[in-house]
Amino acid sequence: MTTAVSSFRPLVSATYQEDSGEMLAPLDADTGAGFNLTEVVRVSLDSLFANKTRSFLTMLGVIIGVASVVALLSLGNGATASITGQVQSIGTNLIFVMPGSLSGRPGETVAAQNLTMDDYQAISNLGLPLNGIAPQFSGKADIVAPSADKNASIAGTTPTYFTLQDLRPASGSLFDESQSRAGAPVAVLGANLAKDLFGSGTAVGQTVRIKDQTLRVVGVLAAKGGGGMTSVDDQLFAPISFVQQRLFGARTPDGNSYRVANIMLSARNGDDINAIQDRITVLLRERHHLKADGSGDDFSVMNQASMLSTLNNITSILTAFLAAIAGISLLVGGIGIMNIMLVSVTERTKEIGLRKAVGARGQDILLQFIVEALVVSVTGGVIGLAAGALVAGLVTLSGLLTATVSLSSMALALGFSLAVGLFFGIYPARRAARLNPIEALRHE
Amino acid sequence: MSVISVTDLCKVYRMGEVEVPALCGVSFEIEPGEFVAIIGHSGSGKSTLMNMLGCLDTPTSGTYRLDGVETQNLGDDDLARVRSVKLGFVFQQYNLLPRQTALRNVEMPMIYRGVPAGVRKARAATALRMVGMRERMEHRPNQLSGGQQQRVAIARALVGSPAIVLADEPTGALDTKTGEEIMAILTSLNRQQGLTVIIVTHEADVAAYANRVLTLRDGQLISDSWPPKPTAVAQQAPEMIL
Repeated sequence: MTTAVSSFRPLVSATYQEDSGEMLAPLDADTGAGFNLTEVVRVSLDSLFANKTRSFLTMLGVIIGVASVVALLSLGNGATASITGQVQSIGTNLIFVMPGSLSGRPGETVAAQNLTMDDYQAISNLGLPLNGIAPQFSGKADIVAPSADKNASIAGTTPTYFTLQDLRPASGSLFDESQSRAGAPVAVLGANLAKDLFGSGTAVGQTVRIKDQTLRVVGVLAAKGGGGMTSVDDQLFAPISFVQQRLFGARTPDGNSYRVANIMLSARNGDDINAIQDRITVLLRERHHLKADGSGDDFSVMNQASMLSTLNNITSILTAFLAAIAGISLLVGGIGIMNIMLVSVTERTKEIGLRKAVGARGQDILLQFIVEALVVSVTGGVIGLAAGALVAGLVTLSGLLTATVSLSSMALALGFSLAVGLFFGIYPARRAARLNPIEALRHE
Repeated sequence: MSVISVTDLCKVYRMGEVEVPALCGVSFEIEPGEFVAIIGHSGSGKSTLMNMLGCLDTPTSGTYRLDGVETQNLGDDDLARVRSVKLGFVFQQYNLLPRQTALRNVEMPMIYRGVPAGVRKARAATALRMVGMRERMEHRPNQLSGGQQQRVAIARALVGSPAIVLADEPTGALDTKTGEEIMAILTSLNRQQGLTVIIVTHEADVAAYANRVLTLRDGQLISDSWPPKPTAVAQQAPEMIL
C-alpha cells in the first residue's frame, strides 16, 4: 500500500457553523508500525476497568490459585527446613532403634510394638563403644497442677537421655539413676510446660497428677528454644519404668517385659556408626527370632543421615502433592478467565465489528484480547504472590515454622499465571479476531 | 481520476446448494468531491454494495478500484488497511464505544494506523470542532443526544482524511429535525471541504441532499441520475416508502 491518501479539496471558502475554517491536514498512510503495545494495554485496561467487579472476580480465581501455590510451597520448604534443623540438632553421632521396619508396608511402623526393655538391656550389655544409651517410652495425657492443667507429651526415659540430649535443669535437679531404676514418681518439666502449669510461680517441689498418679516436680529444664512439633520444652520427663507401668500399662503381650518406643544411642566415634548399627541389627534379629535367609527386619536402626533423607523424602513428596492440588485451583482460575473472556467477546461483538470496520486487523483484535487475559492473570498472579507471601509471613510470625518464599516459587507462580492467561486467553481472542465485521456490526 | 471505479461488480451468496445473486453487473464511477446517494428497497442489494464499497466484503466477480487501489483480490489484513486509510464510516446506530469520551471515540481509528498520541488527540479535537462538538469532547455517549452522538460518529469518520465517507442510513435513528442537522453537516463538509460522501438510504428526503442518486433494484443499477433532479426524486418517494 504505497498510494498516498487523497486530501480534502476545499471548494468553497464558507465554513460550517461556529468553527471557522478548520481543516484536517492529510494523514500519511504509513504513519507507524500500526497498533502499538502501549495502546493495546491501554485499550485492554479500559475494558477491564469498565467491568471492575467482573474483572476482579475473574482475577480472584488466579489470586487464590497463585496464593495457595506460593503459601504451600513456602510452608513445605519451611517444614523441611524445620525438620532438617531438628534432626541436625540432635547430634551427628546419634543412632535410633525403633520398632517396625521403615521399608515395610505403610502403617507397620506405627503399629509395631515389638521393641522391649529386654532388647534395651541386651544392647547395653554388648559393650559397644558408646557415650550412652537411653530407652524412651512416651504417651500423651492430661497433667493436672493445682491451678492449671494441660494435655502434654509424657516421656519416660533414663538420666542418660538428658546427658545425650544435653538437657540441663534451670531450677531443681534432674532425676537420678536410682530414682530412675526404682520408678520413683518424680517429674522434670520442660520450660514451656512449667510456665503453662505453674505460671511464674515455682514449680520445683510442687506435685502434679497424671492418671490418678501423683508426681513430685524435681526440676525444670532450661529452655531449648526452636520450634517443632515435639519440642522438649513442652514435655514432661519421668523415669521410664514409672511411665511404662503406672501411666500407660506398656507390658508386652507375653507379660515378661515392657515396650519401649525407641532406644537412643550415641556413638563415641562417628566412624563406628555403621559397625554399631550392624551389630545391633544382628543382635535384634537373633532376639526377635528372624531367620537368617534375609527376611525383613521388624525394627529399624537409623542414624541422623538416614533419618534426614527419609524425612526429606516424605516432606518433599508432601509439598509436591499439596502444590499440585493448589496448581489445580490455578487451572480452575484459568478456566474462569476463558469463560469470562468468551462472554466478553460475545458482549462486545459490536465493538469488535466497529474496530474492524475502522481498520483493526484480526491480529490487532487478537492482541487486544490476549493482553486483556494476560493483564487479568498476571495482575492476579502478582496479588496472589503477595497474598501467599503474607500467609507465609503470618505463619512465620506465629512461630510455628519459618516459611520463606523462595525465588523459584515466585518465578513458578508468576510463570504459571502468565501461561494460564496465555493458554486460556488465546481461544476467546481467536474467536474475537475471526469475527466477520459485517455480521459483528449487525449484532445486537 | 475517479475516487471510486466499479466495473461489472457481482456478488453471489451461496445458501447451501442455491446460489443467490445479491448484486449483478453494477458499474459506475464516482469523482472526488461528489455527494452520492445509493437508494433502493430492502433486498435491492444496496447493503451488499455498501459492504463492498466499504471494503468489508469482496465481490464474487468484477473490479472495485478505490482511490487507486484494486481491492477485489485483497486479503483481510489488506482490506483492513484500506478501510483504515481510505474510508470513514457513519452508521445508523452511531456505534460509539459507550465507555469512552467523544474525543477517545474519534481517536480510535487512528490507533490502528499507529498515529502518535499527540497527533491523534489534536486531529480528533479538530474533527470534533468541525462538526460543532467543541463543547462536548469529554462527554461520554450516554451524556449526548442522538444527534450529538451522530456528529461524533461523523468526526470519527473524517478524522483520518479518508478518500470517501460512507454513511449507512445516517439519519435512520433520528427525528426529522435532527436528521436535517446531520445532513446539513454532511452537505457542508462535502461543499466546503470537498469531502466525498456516499450515503445509503431508503428515504427520498435524505437522498435529496445528494447531487447524484444511484438507484438499485433486484441487484441491478436501474438509474443513475446526475445532475440531480429534485422533482424526480420526489416522485420516487411513495415507492421508496413501500
